[in-house]
Amino acid sequence: MATQHSRSAARLMMAPAVILLLGWMLVPLTMTLYFSFKKYLPLRGGDLGWVGFDNYVRFVTSSAFWPSIYATLIIVGGVLVITVTLGVLLALLLDRPMWGQGIVRILVIAPFFVMPTVSALVWKNMFMDPINGLFAHLWKFFGAEPVQWMSQASLPSIIMIVSWQWLPFATLILLTAIQSLDGEQLEASEMDGAPPLKRFWFIILPHMSRAITVVILIQTIFLLAVFAEIFVTTGGAFGTKTLSYLIFQRVLESQNIGLGSAGGVYAIILANIIAIFLMRIVGKNLDN
Amino acid sequence: MGQISLKQITKSFGDVQVIPPLDLEIKDGEFVVFVGPSGCGKSTLLRLIAGLEDVTSGVIDIDGADATALPPAKRRLAMVFQSYALYPHMSVRKNIAFPLRMAKMDKAEQDRRVTAAASVLNLTDYLDRRPGQLSGGQRQRVAIGRAIVREPAAFLFDEPLSNLDAALRVNMRLEISELHQNLKTTMIYVTHDQVEAMTMADKIVVLQSGVIEQVGSPLELYHTPRNKFVAGFIGSPKMNFMTGAEAAKHDAATIGIRPEHITTSTTDGLWKGVVGVSEHLGSDTFLHVTLEGASEPITVRVDGELPVHHGDTVFLTPDESKIHRFDANDLRIA
Ligand SMILES: Nc1ncnc2c1ncn2[C@@H]1O[C@H](COP(=O)(O)OP(=O)(O)O)[C@@H](O)[C@H]1O
Ligand SMILES: [Mg+2]
Repeated sequence: MATQHSRSAARLMMAPAVILLLGWMLVPLTMTLYFSFKKYLPLRGGDLGWVGFDNYVRFVTSSAFWPSIYATLIIVGGVLVITVTLGVLLALLLDRPMWGQGIVRILVIAPFFVMPTVSALVWKNMFMDPINGLFAHLWKFFGAEPVQWMSQASLPSIIMIVSWQWLPFATLILLTAIQSLDGEQLEASEMDGAPPLKRFWFIILPHMSRAITVVILIQTIFLLAVFAEIFVTTGGAFGTKTLSYLIFQRVLESQNIGLGSAGGVYAIILANIIAIFLMRIVGKNLDN
Repeated sequence: MGQISLKQITKSFGDVQVIPPLDLEIKDGEFVVFVGPSGCGKSTLLRLIAGLEDVTSGVIDIDGADATALPPAKRRLAMVFQSYALYPHMSVRKNIAFPLRMAKMDKAEQDRRVTAAASVLNLTDYLDRRPGQLSGGQRQRVAIGRAIVREPAAFLFDEPLSNLDAALRVNMRLEISELHQNLKTTMIYVTHDQVEAMTMADKIVVLQSGVIEQVGSPLELYHTPRNKFVAGFIGSPKMNFMTGAEAAKHDAATIGIRPEHITTSTTDGLWKGVVGVSEHLGSDTFLHVTLEGASEPITVRVDGELPVHHGDTVFLTPDESKIHRFDANDLRIA
């Protein structure tokens, strides 16, 4: 039983952790806010004083802003669609008893353990290189002109690379969801006259909806911050400059901390809008 | 119509034969109960009939047509599972209508049937709830509702009452019997509880290790069990068995006498023994009496008012005409 005494003792003991966590979050947030109202150019005079909302206005009115929002949403949306769809299909497949199941499952999970930089470089140089890449050879084999992936199909390329990295995560979560489905429900629906596709649509998919929700939420959070894959492939060229990449350029390439910080605040706002939006749509799945 | 016959069917899982060759006839409109101890293959047999498992060999006929290779959906059988297997994300209405929707029945007819089933099963007020918001008994009713709307050739029940508490079980037992009276559809009911079997069945099939030990009406099994296993399984409390000298007196390897066929007296009788545990049910009392020289106590039924206590000496006299005799192979001697 929690007495008055034990409750205050508990609060006291939790305090260090809570304070640490708060500091962890609040210090960077406060610093970002602080710099976003300053003109701060480290290599060109340093702190040049307060400028009010100047940075905010400049960030949105720059010609790179809306394209970056567009690129961000396309990448996040594209990766989500691909990973969830393929994840569901792969999970269905892996749920079947088959020969060599253990090894196949490990292989499916493997991409998750490859660092983003490494996997992006592997994709860029081994698959998508227009002269030596495997895709180029494949295209040539069929007599087609090799695609210049990074320039002609830059967004799809990045979506493909990032999807490859996140597919294992989606598959794994969805597989555990499928495995928790009561077999008698499937048998009951089979007796009720539902053919395989309808069993999938009416029984399996609703059962997985909660897991799909979790996959979408978690992936969105991480995908909004995709960076390494863009940095090592297109370097932000060919319309692949996402919001986080734009901020990086403002801070490090233009050496404008104030402007970058303002962008950071926009990124926080965008993330929250998307989070609230997603919670609204999918929240009811998490309720019961 | 719902006439089912099993001809020489067997079922093996890998190398293990769970059902050795088995023949069984189920007539249209019959209430058949498969009863037997846990793990004897009742569920497997039911799932073979349903088509959820494939037979290893043999033929299943439904209404005279070979159904051995038909998928479950084509057999026109409805099943009520032990876990109810309701669809948790659908309302009660949608659950009950699901088989109709799969059959692409028109919407008005679906509604009519769901409403009718709901009123029979007292579910009208719960149609818009989810299964998760219902009690065990109500979920059971939804599962039955989902089965009856299809108007199947036969109903299959796999231990449908085992997740309910005792009072509810008695109620649902009556309701299912009532349903059978009204629908007159074939029902196959699996249970390990011989009381359910005795109270509900037209015909009981007693199974042991996949083998049919006896098929008959409840009273046939009670009065003329074919062997010692059936004798011990049917009837509550269990029949008492005796071997040795007492059995030899009746020219048998084993004799059996039911607790209700023994008279108890405090003054005189055939056998003398000491009272152990007494179970008072009010109307009756069951005494566990250890006879002189015997190790196992025997159970007797006495009037609820008989004043005997732990440690008292009593005399027991069996009703000679009700003694069952079994030979060395445990088979009944007529
Ligand atoms: N899918 C299966 N694979 C292997 N053995 C099984 C399978 N299903 C049932 N069995 C075995 O068949 C026997 C009968 O099982 P079951 O029909 O469920 O018994 P009951 O319903 O009478 O309790 C048991 O020994 C069980 O272990
Ligand atoms: Mg069973």
